[in-house]
Amino acid sequence: MTPLVEVRDLRYTYDDGTVALDGVDFRLERGETVALLGANGSGKTTFVLHLNGLLAGQGTVKVCGLPVEKKYLPTIRRKVGLVFQDADSQLFMPTVLEDVAFGLLNQGLDAQAAADRARAALDTVGMSAAAGRAPYHLSAGEKRRVAIAGILAMEPEILVLDEPTTFLDPPGQRALAELLGNLPQSKILVTHNIPFATALCNRAAFFAGGKIIAEGSIEEIVAGFAWDFSPERSKSHS
Amino acid sequence: MHHVVLEQWSRGSSPVHRFDPRAKLVVLLAVLISVATAARGLPLFAGALFLLLITGLRFARVPVIRVLTRAAVILPFTAVFAAVSWLAGDPARAFSLTVKSYLSALAVLLLISTTPLPSLLRAIGITGAPPFLLEVAQFLYRYLFVISEEAQHMTKAAAARGASVRQWIAQVHRFRAAAGALAILFARSYIRAEDVQRAMLARGFQGSLPLLRVTKFRTSDTVFLILASLAPWALRAAAERALP
Repeated sequence: MTPLVEVRDLRYTYDDGTVALDGVDFRLERGETVALLGANGSGKTTFVLHLNGLLAGQGTVKVCGLPVEKKYLPTIRRKVGLVFQDADSQLFMPTVLEDVAFGLLNQGLDAQAAADRARAALDTVGMSAAAGRAPYHLSAGEKRRVAIAGILAMEPEILVLDEPTTFLDPPGQRALAELLGNLPQSKILVTHNIPFATALCNRAAFFAGGKIIAEGSIEEIVAGFAWDFSPERSKSHS
Repeated sequence: MHHVVLEQWSRGSSPVHRFDPRAKLVVLLAVLISVATAARGLPLFAGALFLLLITGLRFARVPVIRVLTRAAVILPFTAVFAAVSWLAGDPARAFSLTVKSYLSALAVLLLISTTPLPSLLRAIGITGAPPFLLEVAQFLYRYLFVISEEAQHMTKAAAARGASVRQWIAQVHRFRAAAGALAILFARSYIRAEDVQRAMLARGFQGSLPLLRVTKFRTSDTVFLILASLAPWALRAAAERALP
């Protein structure tokens, strides 16, 4: 069966010479939720930006069997919904409803159909009441929900979320985990939040130096790289 | 974050807020032309129009005194020209300049305090203004809040380490530090712009911002447009007729 995402030997170097990806191999199967873990600057965000063609490195990236190339970008961007780390960058339209409908109108839907689907997406994330509000009047958690609604409205097959718990308080994180857990799409989560990843993901990949150096269950990765914070571990290091 | 107060006022729900922005734009144009071209009977016309605009503000349920105060922001700019006219022996022109500029500012404020900027820009777009220019204005407005928030964070961070705006301006080495902070703010804005562009591309942006809805021009909007556009001209005609 064709994997949803298939990446082989992906390499990317930024204009300033920084090697961000140095031969990444990755697969995402239907129904999976995978956490991408690793230190800041290890290449996680650069990697996910390749999944809907926002960056183009060397190597092979396929989404639902389609190579990520210019001619397939409209289709691929419908299939891969990317939720950015900073929701303020994602919510640029004057009102919440218009923002959620933005992608649908770009797909060519008429205004009425786009508005209906946008309202349904807002309903899914529990933000129907905010439809007429300006995005900058929302709290961090509300902005995150609206950003997710903007992606869900496009009915993607894969959800990619970059640091989704940033700026969220613990109840906000819990609510987001519940929301994401109920969504049927396959997901890739870039996160440092181990409890959040544990609650949602059935697999983890660990990035270091622009490569995936280990894959396995969250527990294995966390244990293998001491990739969590615990007071006991902190004391033993001091 | 301290949001712009006009933005809060513009999100009201009064009858004035509900009128179509296109109708309000035409009415504003009528008011501005009637004020700009008024000559005879100006004091009487200005007084009557002032009362009319205050009535509009009351109907719009926005704080009248605060709007009147804000409209006075225009006065320092016209005061220079008014003073020159006064000194040149033409007090009537000085009075005319001051009154006309204040009334114009008040009329503009009435429009923007009852119309959210995105709706206003859309209305301007329908009149044939270049879409690219309006999209830039829309983005500028949207991210003004984000950038000003970042600026506030930076100011607080500086204040937490003992700096103040007054020191920044008064002392040369601190002025350099302030200039550096401004450069960082620009750099952050640039990075933000890149992020926004990526977010737009990720949702299929192809070069133009799509519109979700086009508001319908109702009968009440037509009635408002006709009556409110004629009102300043009627007042002006009455003021001119009242002269001996």
